[in-house]
Amino acid sequence: MNVEGQGIVITGASKGLGKALAHALAGKGARLFLVARGEEGLNAVVRSIRATGGEAHGWPADVGDKNAVYPLAGAAQTALGRVDVVIHNASALGPSPLRPLMDTDCEDLERALAVNLIGPFRLSKAFAGAMAMRGQGVIVHVTSDASVSAYPTWGAYSASKAALDHLGRIWAAELDPFGVRVVSVDPGDMNTNMHREAAPADDPASLLDTNEVAERFVALLETVETFPNGARVSLSEWRAPRWKFGDALVTSNGRARS
Amino acid sequence: MKNADYPRAHAEEEQLLRLDPRTGRYGTGTLADLPDQLRRFDLLVMNDAATLPASLPLRLEDDPRELELRLAGQGGDALTWWAVLFGPGNWHVPTERRPAPPRVMAGDTLWVGPVSASVLEVSPISPRLVRIRFHQDPEHLYRELYRLGRPVQYSYVRQELELWDVQTRYGARPWAVEMPSAGRPLTWDILARARAKGVGLASLTHAAGLSATGDPALDAALPLPERYELPQRTVDAINFTRDQGGRVIAVGTSVVRALEGNAIANEGHLRAGSGTVSLVLGPEHDLSIVDGLLTGIHEPGTSHFALMEAFVSRELLEPALHYADGQGFLQHEFGDSMLIIPERSTRSGASTACGTRFKASGFIEPSLVSKRVNRTLSPHRITSP
Repeated sequence: MNVEGQGIVITGASKGLGKALAHALAGKGARLFLVARGEEGLNAVVRSIRATGGEAHGWPADVGDKNAVYPLAGAAQTALGRVDVVIHNASALGPSPLRPLMDTDCEDLERALAVNLIGPFRLSKAFAGAMAMRGQGVIVHVTSDASVSAYPTWGAYSASKAALDHLGRIWAAELDPFGVRVVSVDPGDMNTNMHREAAPADDPASLLDTNEVAERFVALLETVETFPNGARVSLSEWRAPRWKFGDALVTSNGRARS
Repeated sequence: MKNADYPRAHAEEEQLLRLDPRTGRYGTGTLADLPDQLRRFDLLVMNDAATLPASLPLRLEDDPRELELRLAGQGGDALTWWAVLFGPGNWHVPTERRPAPPRVMAGDTLWVGPVSASVLEVSPISPRLVRIRFHQDPEHLYRELYRLGRPVQYSYVRQELELWDVQTRYGARPWAVEMPSAGRPLTWDILARARAKGVGLASLTHAAGLSATGDPALDAALPLPERYELPQRTVDAINFTRDQGGRVIAVGTSVVRALEGNAIANEGHLRAGSGTVSLVLGPEHDLSIVDGLLTGIHEPGTSHFALMEAFVSRELLEPALHYADGQGFLQHEFGDSMLIIPERSTRSGASTACGTRFKASGFIEPSLVSKRVNRTLSPHRITSP
């Protein structure tokens, strides 16, 4: 997928990976609709993208809020004309500091599920129908290795991300006949506010830089057709293919095959 | 006919009346049966307009009362709209009993929450229909519309509607000020089953307007001219359908208006692009693009009913609706549905001969009603009356 000119919605776009993704995608000519709770941070991202000639629109909203979904979707469709890609990047860590499940309030788990699972579900519902009707579209879930590994004290976050991974697989199974692709991307441990909140003792130098991750993330998006629909991809293990989808392949007898 | 007074939980279980416009034969089933009524190479054309919360609180200068403004459709750029003004009160009061709003004139200022707007013109149709321009950038205007607006709703609905109650499952740009309601019961289960049979799905965007205002002069002029956009892929899908002898089935009257209006503007052919359609269809029209219609159920005397008469004569329509009424069908936007569809495409040379009988498909004829056991689970063979 060539991201130039594509209408892309990014949630959690005011800081961390979301902000870096917005800059990286704007640099490639994508047209962006950015969502975040913090209006100030969001406006700063929108302004700096516009200052470099990119297209970005800001919409302050909490993806965990049911009432926010159709306004957000309507505004995004109005601003972009059509939405080609939705990147569910906004995440809630759960209770901070992290704590064992026995010490986790039910409300903390509910909040993590509201933002990390139900929010993306509602938002995908609001966008995927139009994508399916058009026969194309991409939904991206930002996930975490915590969705696979059972780290003590990460319960609320991990459970919600594991559910999100599987939600992505079901979306893919249902929407594949309609041309909508779904991919879950684990970006790795990055030097972000959220990571500091989760693991304050980690050495920032050992963590990935969000801008570098965003570059690779965009490269992955550009080859999204090469993954089975519903795939979960760990960005740190992923290598960009040396050929692009649609390139002519050269067979062992040296003849080109398209 | 009784009114549907609220969205129901299971769209597939809503009732469906099927009517053949040539023979007048009709039968009933549920929405879940819709794919059985369609064939390979048929095409469903949907209106993918999402619905705005178009009912807004209105204040006029030097008037302390809260009035109501209902957006009717864009009247130029993103900041310029046609709107209908209402006096004090809300949707609980039938529109025809609402007090009239104070008269406004071109140049007056209106307030919607913190956003001001100028009246650009007052329509000669009614002093309540005005074209306004908001003084706000589009991004902030949409924030205020979504913050302050409520879905337009009518007094027969028993509870306040939420924005999600008035969306179809495939809505894209929010161009409609009332839900394009024929598509409301189309679940993705129904659409996926239709598609698996080889039925095509296509869409256009049509800015469905207000269906009633309570102002007799204005209501007589509805629907107002409405903008639409017809994508090339939908034109291609329609042409392919016709080449294959399939039937083009409009989901909702707004789709009929857009397609037939576009064809009239382009000498009988469809041309992709945007436009405004002012065509009001009625019994005198010959349809040149659309073969069938999936629609809600509406009363005689409405523009919607008149449009149905472009598909089927009143002599055949009325008995079918009378029968549906006896079956407990509900009307209006949350009501039951009707599929007006000929056994074969009216236009193509290709024939998919099915004889004179409906295929057994869970639909029944009135003569079989008394023997009916379970209309969703046991398909009945259809026999001639």
